[in-house]
Amino acid sequence: MNLGPHAAFIVTAYAAAIAIVAGLVAWIVFDRRHLSRMLDAFDAQGIARRSERMNEEKS
Amino acid sequence: MTLIDLANPTKFLSLTARVLPWLAGATAILLLIGFYQAAMAPDDYQQGATVKIMFIHVPAALLGMIGWGVMSLAALGTLVWRHPLADVAAKAAAPIGAAFTLMCLVTGSLWGRPMWGTYWVWDARLTSVLVLLLMYLGVIALWRTIDDPTRAARAAAVLTLVGAINIPIIKFSVDWWNTLHQPASVLRLDGSTIHPAILVPLIVMLVAFTLLFLTLHLAAMRNEILRRRVRTMMMMRADARAGF
Repeated sequence: MNLGPHAAFIVTAYAAAIAIVAGLVAWIVFDRRHLSRMLDAFDAQGIARRSERMNEEKS
Repeated sequence: MTLIDLANPTKFLSLTARVLPWLAGATAILLLIGFYQAAMAPDDYQQGATVKIMFIHVPAALLGMIGWGVMSLAALGTLVWRHPLADVAAKAAAPIGAAFTLMCLVTGSLWGRPMWGTYWVWDARLTSVLVLLLMYLGVIALWRTIDDPTRAARAAAVLTLVGAINIPIIKFSVDWWNTLHQPASVLRLDGSTIHPAILVPLIVMLVAFTLLFLTLHLAAMRNEILRRRVRTMMMMRADARAGF
């Protein structure tokens, strides 16, 4: 594949697009991990939402 | 499961947990096919190999606008129907839409330099897309400014609906004004003007980017629901400590 005299522009454009998508994916994954850890910490402290308490009482 | 069931955040989390791995897999496969086809596509007779930038620039531009469209529908859901997941959908879509708009501007700039001789020009298409990026950043800032998610959702919904006027301006800017940016060549009433050898990879990339947006949006919505649960628990803990 010969990208011609403007190869640097083409490669940079694709690299930028991949970096932006990678950034989005990383943000979502790390955000998810952070939130899950916080929810686990609340769970360990015995703090539960009203709907969760009701579900536990039913079972 | 009916559509109304999706209004329940717990059921939404359960459904998306099952759907997301399949969506992510389909997105990855389609992106690989798209990148391969883009690499193998012939050069344009005028633009040479730089036409390959189109395979990421056009989908990014389209998804940047679709992102605002999703937020506008969600804004109606917030203001008119008070759908429980509408503001979750709007808030989750904003950073993703902003990222695709940024991708559109960066790749467009890198395409413009060898073809137009400049990275940037203040013509109607480029300026209206820059305005779209600034509006995304404004909505994200508004969400962060107001602590109460319900109040933030209403304010952001109004701003989103006002900003929706920019979407047709972006689309038709190349027809209404004399711009350096080329007129529409893909979505035209009289059909695309692009040769199939280049159009087919472009359509594959358009579908792949749409699936990517959907996957990221559903994952971000799940995070937003969890964030609200964390907020509720923090308030419960604060109440317990205060003796309420």
